[in-house]
Amino acid sequence: MADDLKLLRTWSSPYALRVVHALKIKGLEYETVLEDITRKSASLLEYNPLHKKVPVLLHNGRPVCESLVILEYIDDVYKQPPLLPQDPHEKAMARFWAQFGDDKVMPSTWRVFTSEGKDQEEAIGPLTENLKFLEEQLKGKSFFGGEAIGYVDLAFGWMGNLISILEEIIDLKLVDAEKFPLLSAWINKFSDDPVIKAFWPPRDKMVEKFKAMREHFLKQVP
Amino acid sequence: MGEVKLLGGLGFSPYVNRVEMALKLKGVEYEPIAEDVKNKSPLLLQHNPVHKKVPVLIHNGKGIAESLIIVEYIDQVWQEGPPILPKDPYQRAMTRFWAKFIDEKCIIATWKACCSTGEEQEKSKEESMEALKFLEDEIKGKKFFGGENIGFVDIAANFIGYWLPIISEVKGVQLITEEKFPNLWRWMNDYCNDNFVKGILPSKDALVERFKSK
Repeated sequence: MADDLKLLRTWSSPYALRVVHALKIKGLEYETVLEDITRKSASLLEYNPLHKKVPVLLHNGRPVCESLVILEYIDDVYKQPPLLPQDPHEKAMARFWAQFGDDKVMPSTWRVFTSEGKDQEEAIGPLTENLKFLEEQLKGKSFFGGEAIGYVDLAFGWMGNLISILEEIIDLKLVDAEKFPLLSAWINKFSDDPVIKAFWPPRDKMVEKFKAMREHFLKQVP
Repeated sequence: MGEVKLLGGLGFSPYVNRVEMALKLKGVEYEPIAEDVKNKSPLLLQHNPVHKKVPVLIHNGKGIAESLIIVEYIDQVWQEGPPILPKDPYQRAMTRFWAKFIDEKCIIATWKACCSTGEEQEKSKEESMEALKFLEDEIKGKKFFGGENIGFVDIAANFIGYWLPIISEVKGVQLITEEKFPNLWRWMNDYCNDNFVKGILPSKDALVERFKSK
C-alpha cells in the first residue's frame, strides 16, 4: 500500500517550508492542504488541537505536529538520504544547533526587525553574538550538514529567503558578508540549491506581509 | 563505554535531574561534577560556550548540552538498558511532541503562575490551566506517559511531577489539585513514589528552602 502523505501548511510559513524541503529531499510525493491562518479549518483544529498551527504532516491519516519533530519523524521513517547524522554525538549537536536557531537566532532577528531607533540598536548586539556561533559552525563545511543539506540547514532554512527580505524592509544589513562571510555564503548556496529554490514563496507577497508585520509591531510599542 | 562526566548544579535543577534519571535508568557509571553557576568552571565554558549552563554531559571528552538532547543521546548510546524513547517512529514523534510541549509551554507557564505577580501571574495561571488540561488528557488510562514504565515524557515532566507541587506549596498557589486534574494527580503520586524515581529526586526540604528565597 502506497503511503498517504498530506501536509497542512500556509503559503508562507517558514516552519512548514522546512517540511516541504525535507519531503522533496527524500523524494516523497504528498498532497498539500493550504490553510488560512485567520480562518483555521476544522481539519487543522482536529489534527493539532494543542497548538492549532501549521505545519501538520498526516501520514496515513495520523498527524505529526511541530516542524522539527516532523523532520525527525520523516528521517526515522524514510531513511535515504539521511537528514540527521548517524553518529550519536553529531546527531546531538545537530539537534542542539536547530534548537539554538529556534530559541535564540529567530527571536533575536525578530527583535531587530520589529524595533527601531535605540531599541533596534540595542537588539543588534545579541543577534550578532548568535550569528557568530553560526559562523563558527560553518568552518570547513559547505552546509551545516557537511557536504549536503541536512537537518540543521533545513532548521535555518528561513534565513535563506527571509534575511534579505527583512534587510530590504528595514534597510539594515542583518548578515553582513564582511563580518559573516561563511554564513552569507551559506545563505546564497542554500537558497540557490535547486531543491530549495523550487519552493520559495513569492518574494513580493513576502515583502508585503512582513512590512505589514513590522508596522503592526511598531504601533504596539508604548 | 568510555568516561562519562555530568556537569550539574548544586542538586536543585530539574534539568540536571533529567539527565541523572536517564543515566541511572541505563546503569551508566558517571562522575558528577558540581558547578557553581555564579563561578562557572573552565570545563563548563569549554563544553557549553553558547549557553554556559548545566547540565552538560561529557562523554569521552565530547560535551553535549540541553537536557532533553542529552537524554536522547544517552538512549541512543546505551542500548542495553531499558529504552527511554519508543522504537516505533510515530510513537517517538508523539513522545518528542509532548516533551517539547512540557518544556515550551507547561514549565514556563506554571513557574510564572507561582512566582510572578499581578497581571502576569493571572495570565500565567490561565495558560497553566490550559496546558495542564492537555497533559491531563494525555495521561488518562496510562500509568506513566511512557506506558507501563517511565519514559522520555515522564523524565521531561519531572518539574511538573515534583518541583511544581513544592513551589506551589511555598508560594501558596495551587495549580494541580485532585479535583481539577485527577489523572495528573494520580500520575504525580505514582511518579514521586516510584522506587527508582524516589531515589533520584532531591530532598523536599532542600527545595523548600531554595524556593522560599526566590
